[in-house]
Amino acid sequence: MGDSPPNPEAPSQQQSSSRRSSQVSERQRSREPSQSQAAFPDEGQQVLLGAQQINLRWSQGGNLPEDENLPMFQAEEGGMGGMEYQPMSAGFPVEFQTQTYLDESGTQAGEQTTSLMQQLQRLQQGQGGFFQQLESPTYPGANVLGQFSMYQRDDPQFMQNIEHGPYLRDDPALHFSPSELGFMNFGTEMPEPEPRELAVQNAKAYLLQTSINCDLSLYEHLVNLLTKILNQRPEDPLSILETLNRTTQWEWFHPKMDTLRDDPEMQPTYEIAEKQKALFSRSGGGEGEQEMEEEVVETAVPNIMETAFYFEQAGVGLSSVESFRIFLALKQLVEQQPIHTCRFWGKILGLKRSYLVAEVEFREGEEEAEEEEVEELMEGGEVVEAHGEEEGEEDEEKAVDVVPKPTWKPPPVIPKEESRTGANKYLYFVCNEPGRPWTRLPHVTPAQIVHARKIKKFFTGYLDAPVISYPPFPGNEANYLRAQIARISAATHISPLGFYQFGEEEGDEEEEGGAGRDSFEENPDFEGIPVLEMVDSMANWVHHMQHILPQGRCTWVNPLQKSEEEEELGEEEEKADEGMEEVEQEVGPPLLTPLSEDAEIMHLSPWTTRLSCSLCPQYSVAVVRSNLWPGAYTYASGKKFENLYIGWGHKYSPDNFNPALPAPIQQEYPSGPEITEMSDPTVEEEQALKAAQEQALAAAEEEEEDEEEDEDEDLED
Amino acid sequence: MDAESLLLSLELASGSGQGLSPDRRASLLTSLLLVKRDYRLNCTDWSLLPPATEEMVVQTAMVKGRFMGDPSHEYEHTELQKVNEGDKVFEEEVVVQVKEETRLVSIIDQIDKAVAIIPRGALFKTPFGPTNVNRTFEGLSLSEAKKLSSYFHFREAVDLKNKTLLEKADLDPSLDFMDSLEHDIPKAGSWSIQMERGNALVVLRSLLWPGLTFYHAPRTKNYGYIYVGTGEKNLDLPFML
Repeated sequence: MGDSPPNPEAPSQQQSSSRRSSQVSERQRSREPSQSQAAFPDEGQQVLLGAQQINLRWSQGGNLPEDENLPMFQAEEGGMGGMEYQPMSAGFPVEFQTQTYLDESGTQAGEQTTSLMQQLQRLQQGQGGFFQQLESPTYPGANVLGQFSMYQRDDPQFMQNIEHGPYLRDDPALHFSPSELGFMNFGTEMPEPEPRELAVQNAKAYLLQTSINCDLSLYEHLVNLLTKILNQRPEDPLSILETLNRTTQWEWFHPKMDTLRDDPEMQPTYEIAEKQKALFSRSGGGEGEQEMEEEVVETAVPNIMETAFYFEQAGVGLSSVESFRIFLALKQLVEQQPIHTCRFWGKILGLKRSYLVAEVEFREGEEEAEEEEVEELMEGGEVVEAHGEEEGEEDEEKAVDVVPKPTWKPPPVIPKEESRTGANKYLYFVCNEPGRPWTRLPHVTPAQIVHARKIKKFFTGYLDAPVISYPPFPGNEANYLRAQIARISAATHISPLGFYQFGEEEGDEEEEGGAGRDSFEENPDFEGIPVLEMVDSMANWVHHMQHILPQGRCTWVNPLQKSEEEEELGEEEEKADEGMEEVEQEVGPPLLTPLSEDAEIMHLSPWTTRLSCSLCPQYSVAVVRSNLWPGAYTYASGKKFENLYIGWGHKYSPDNFNPALPAPIQQEYPSGPEITEMSDPTVEEEQALKAAQEQALAAAEEEEEDEEEDEDEDLED
Repeated sequence: MDAESLLLSLELASGSGQGLSPDRRASLLTSLLLVKRDYRLNCTDWSLLPPATEEMVVQTAMVKGRFMGDPSHEYEHTELQKVNEGDKVFEEEVVVQVKEETRLVSIIDQIDKAVAIIPRGALFKTPFGPTNVNRTFEGLSLSEAKKLSSYFHFREAVDLKNKTLLEKADLDPSLDFMDSLEHDIPKAGSWSIQMERGNALVVLRSLLWPGLTFYHAPRTKNYGYIYVGTGEKNLDLPFML
């Protein structure tokens, strides 16, 4: 460091940092504005000095003599008048900055500083005065890392402005500073005109070293850190210094990205935003502009925003932005599928993703086509399997040993309900987020409902996820979801009394063909029930979805009957003995039963009603909340009502969930004589048998010989 | 969640479906301001709830079922208690009455201890002692926001001492002085973490206390949690995963 002799006079443009300090000196002497020397990182300069200032600020809590340093550097600033401290002062002119430091330094140094300032301003004229004063601050500059403990100084020496040799420091750590070593050597070897300037250079060079790992040098890091602090001016910076340090470091490695480059993290966000933007665009834009008249046509899409508004009064529902997106998504669905009516059923939360569920009815005849395709696929599979079984049986018969056929027959499969009836009255579409494609859920089978009642699992958000449970659920998550939706709908879809009515009655009710019992229509004369009455009594609400029997269907089917029979209604049946052997008919409450007849949960009513706003009952809405299925809400106001479900999709039970016990151990095949193994004879027994046989044989031969001899003798005579 | 950010928080937490109606929100805002001043149910009248004690927790663990809504309602349940009389010890059935207020207090306390969470970096600890709010907290990044380890329980650390030294070496003691969510039992199960609005919002829902929703907008300072629910713990959680 001491090699290149400092040449304060000539504006040397060499590489080492020494030129910076020499420039400093030159500037200080010439009082030129610094902008002409923009070649250098001015901010570095300024911040170096600023660092010194800051350091001194921190040390204010410390020794008194430190305060003396303040005026010195402020004086320097004053000297540099034209330099812009852009990162430092945040727009304050230099003089003001000086002022603030003076103010904050405490009253102790106040008086002294003014006198010092005058002295030091005189000093600026001199040559070496700066560097004598610069000497000490370089060490604080070097120590700004962590050593806030300041060293003692001798006050009078500074004020005297004499060229001094290096001052010895008490702080042992300072002995390790390379700049000091260099400095000390310097002092003893050659009487340099500006020893302190060298010290500055050394210190700065050290600070500018870049670390091995990255391009960041301590100097630049400190620059950034201090810039940040001065810009933000947080309270009590000392206590958050660590955090600031870390933040600055982090920022260095994660610079704010260019607007031209894509941030990889934000990619999924942008994708979804684009999909959602597509929702906002009008359909069929390529076919020409749509005229305004066409838009007034009635669509199947319900007025989601109105529903959302009413539910918001009740304190239920998603935010209005979300509701609007759902509305657009439903609109998209209506355009894609041949839909007759459509309704937003609700949202089911899942572990990884949630489901938005739409309840739709297809137009007449449209649905059958899709259904058939699905069924064909399934039947194809079944046919193949049956074929395989037949072949297997044939093979078996050909075999010599006939494997005993098991006597176990699986219980007969209860057929699922036809489309548009019972639990399959509506079709359900789900999507994970507005903008994503809608997926259709398959129809629900009674077996699935029966199993869904026995298990309680969270939904993951992926329709093809398996449902691992005991008893094993017949299907994947799509089926489980559909089963839960069916149960929730059947249990919690209610309407004000009188909104729906049965169709015209066809003769007696005792006839089984009472079609009015499972279908209803809107009552055109419905006038609406006052909200207060709705809230008071549960009898003003009725279920309009059929109850699901324990069998898993809404209409009972005798599984043991072989012949296909027309559907029988669950209630009021007196013909119980048509070939039903051991199975009892299941009866459920009829359609349009008022809620007051619902069973209680422990001591709690299954429904809770309230007014949405007790302060203004005239305009409020009646809200009913289900306690059996937490998350199911219904509102009614005047002639309007709507059901909604937002929740996890599980029933409430006050007791803990008890999983089904495993099935009892099956009986073993009864052991009888025909399959009992015989024990093989042992070797001794075989030998004994053989010996006995030989003996018998020998005895038989002897007898024959005897007989022959007898015969011969007889003959001879 | 601060009273000031109530509206924003409700908006952001609305994905769970439960919220407050406008009239309640309005009254809540007003009354929260007053609560700061002094204490006062019904979003207008607040009453000071006594702090939870352990015996309260034990008592209320026996009570099942929903809350009634009336703080003075008393639950009754019979308990077998051992009664010492002289030399004999026999059991008697004692009807214990638990006030709903007590139950409410203990439930709130349990919920707070169990599932109140904050993102990593929002609070930090200084060697001088007190924990401070980190004013330079800029929010989690997207990749961090999807990980459970970026969130901590807002309570005294219970688990930290049990960690091995290896694990502790990676921790930053000024930031990681609370339990992370990663080690909640059941592992990988008691929290549902979802991104909503296309990655613009991360929502954590507790599965142990259904109704607790925590939201955070990544890269911003917004975060908070709210509990809207029936106050019942989901003890069936292991079966449901």
